[in-house]
Amino acid sequence: MEKYIIEMINITKVFPGIIANDNITLRLKKGEIHALLGENGAGKSTLMSVLFGLYQPDGGEIRKNGELVQINNPNDANDLGIGMVHQHFKLVEIFTVLENIILGVEPNKMGFLQKKEAREKVLKLSEKYGLRVDPDALIEDITVGMQQRVEILKMLYRDNEILIFDEPTAVLTPQEINELLQTMRGFANEGKSILFITHKLNEIMAVADRCTVLRKGKFIGTVDVKDTTKEELSRMMVGRDVSFKVEKKESKPEDVVLSIRNLSVPSKIHKKDAVRDVSFDIRRGEIVCIAGIDGNGQTELVGAITGLEKPSTGSISINGKDITRAPIRRRSIEGISHIPEDRHKHGLVLDYKLEENLVLQRYWQPEFQNKGFIKFDAVRKYANKLIDKFDIRSGQGPITIARSMSGGNQQKAIIAREIDKNHDLLIAVQPTRGLDVGAIEYVHKQLVETRDAGKGVLLVSFELDEVMDVSDRILVMYEGEIVGDLDPKKITVQELGLYMSGAKRDLVKEINDAG
Amino acid sequence: MDTLYYLIQNMLPVAISLLLVALGGMFSEVGGVINIALEGIMLFGAYFAALFVYLVQGSGMNPQTILLLGMLVAAVAGLIYSLLLSFAAVTMKANQTIVGTSLNMLIPASVLLFSKMFFMSDGVTTSINFYIRKVPVLGDIPVIGPLFFQRTYLTVMIGFALLIIASIVFYKTKFGLRLRACGEHPHAADSVGINVHKMRYLGTSISGILGGIGGFFYSVGIMDGNVNGHTGVAGFGFLALAVMIFGQWRPGKIFLGALFFAFLRTLAYSISLIPFLYNLGIDQTYYRMLPYVATMIVLAFTSKKSRAPKAEGIPYDKSLR
Repeated sequence: MEKYIIEMINITKVFPGIIANDNITLRLKKGEIHALLGENGAGKSTLMSVLFGLYQPDGGEIRKNGELVQINNPNDANDLGIGMVHQHFKLVEIFTVLENIILGVEPNKMGFLQKKEAREKVLKLSEKYGLRVDPDALIEDITVGMQQRVEILKMLYRDNEILIFDEPTAVLTPQEINELLQTMRGFANEGKSILFITHKLNEIMAVADRCTVLRKGKFIGTVDVKDTTKEELSRMMVGRDVSFKVEKKESKPEDVVLSIRNLSVPSKIHKKDAVRDVSFDIRRGEIVCIAGIDGNGQTELVGAITGLEKPSTGSISINGKDITRAPIRRRSIEGISHIPEDRHKHGLVLDYKLEENLVLQRYWQPEFQNKGFIKFDAVRKYANKLIDKFDIRSGQGPITIARSMSGGNQQKAIIAREIDKNHDLLIAVQPTRGLDVGAIEYVHKQLVETRDAGKGVLLVSFELDEVMDVSDRILVMYEGEIVGDLDPKKITVQELGLYMSGAKRDLVKEINDAG
Repeated sequence: MDTLYYLIQNMLPVAISLLLVALGGMFSEVGGVINIALEGIMLFGAYFAALFVYLVQGSGMNPQTILLLGMLVAAVAGLIYSLLLSFAAVTMKANQTIVGTSLNMLIPASVLLFSKMFFMSDGVTTSINFYIRKVPVLGDIPVIGPLFFQRTYLTVMIGFALLIIASIVFYKTKFGLRLRACGEHPHAADSVGINVHKMRYLGTSISGILGGIGGFFYSVGIMDGNVNGHTGVAGFGFLALAVMIFGQWRPGKIFLGALFFAFLRTLAYSISLIPFLYNLGIDQTYYRMLPYVATMIVLAFTSKKSRAPKAEGIPYDKSLR
């Protein structure tokens, strides 16, 4: 029988109303990279949180080197040599890198911090593994990539030998991803054991030894990566064959619908402008994708177009009409539809009924109101129409409270509302975030249909696959500027990554459509 | 020169009282608990310490010894009262602003009630003089002597000592680092095995201790050792919150803030000594509004840049990640 360093046997974890982990078994060998694959909500993070002591399982047992162990909190996990890089970094922003690394295991004499020896240890580790960090920099001032290195150093500083990486590549550029995968490989070669949570098949094929697949909280199987294929893995993950390709015809751009000139938008976080002197056009019948790493000004750019933020200079016009300072409803009437980044904060009134949410953009139109009184029968009829047309599934139809709906159906409701309203430009910000593969296919189809109906589409996405597959034209944003205007058919993902990380840039030619 | 010495000698006891309470607020808030209840904690501490002084004042004990013991009583009383806030805000996850407000409302009324019941008065009146005319040796040093060691109270020296201790705890210890992590990113603290609830209890308890002491020092340095339920501590608990925000939750800056507000207050009460201001002929009552008006103005201008602990006021819940 083979030796396992960690065994999670028949783990069950129940949350109110949902079984997050249903009888799951996972065995980790010493010195291997073991991928944990599943869609959003499949229970990967829950399972790892159980191993890390953040949750207590309702059933099952955990063994280390064959011995039964009890992990009640992260301290217990740490004592067993288990460390975790969380998907959302657990770093205190106003602390330095060094303070974050030692937090919880501070070297001290009678309670007084002894930072000197800690610094030496950190520098030594940082050098040994090529994890460059500045121990005295504040977390809020360093890049996401460096923050992740801090998280990794936290584990190494604690001499952890079982390392959990929870979706570590989601926030990185392709180059950084390669670096990280190599670092992980290096750890494994050194005898550390790695659990790698992801839903990206390429990364699994590139680096993992074995892979355990979860679907909807259930254990599907564990396979040797060298004996399997991407297609096989995706079938295990989703439960059916999935097409990764987005079906679409060649785009036929027509008139300009959105025109942006020399736009700058101040940042709420730092003193510099978040968007700097940006100019571009979007035409009817094309999907233009803003690619870039989160936090490079995409949010502020969209905010300025939709009216959520005030630009400092520049102009925005739609169909030739200037809307730079127009109120939000004016913009909506002029033809902007917006699928917002945060569907809970800006997309829906969560405690309203579905039907009320569906008329949020239109309740003031004569069709739905008379002298300030809402015509609820008309609203109900309209809601039912949209529910049928867009296949929005919910517990009680139009009177379902939006909060109780699933993420995918909440998103469908927003899409239905924004697409059915009169519009010439659809702005979709991360429309597929947090959705499962089926819903993603649906959203992509809607975007392409909108384009084919002769509207302009502005898509903001951090998912490279989505950027490459859906868009007709890619604008890369880096530190508030547009550094590339690219054709997805002509570039590779690697090249796109260089633009996203600021390593490469074109002098984007002045767009002069005056003629 | 004498006027300046007089102003500073009068300012320091006020500043120290504000300083200690503001430092208390800081310890609570960097741990993640908003402590609106400082006003109530001050009065609670001051009342019990005054009761203690009242009971022992006839025993012939040295006044400075009584002051030190009274300080301990105030600290314990403040600590106990702050536990109510901790229990409601940390354990029961109640809204911290509402808990704090209710704790503030409870105390002046209780002080009035018990004083009427037992003393037939509005508060406790003591007859011990804690005033120090001149500290031996130290008081003779030129400049420094008259500034800090003449016509003063022991409270001033204790206050400075507590400021230094608080700064060291805040910046140099394991405890300080962990406490600040809990107010900034409790999930991060939890993930490295720090008990967030325990740290928040400790932070709020320190604020209770400092708040109680600050209240007693207020009654010693400003009210001649008396405490009553009508004027209470004259909004010093809230003023201390303003000082804390002015000081951006950092001990050094809080000290400066306390000096600033105390200076305004002392100035307002010393108009008759400053010919220029006196000759303006403005009713002196208006000057007494100075520290409070300054609070509004300062907060209006600083609040925009203000960098409060990120997680303050939010009860810690493991499952919300």
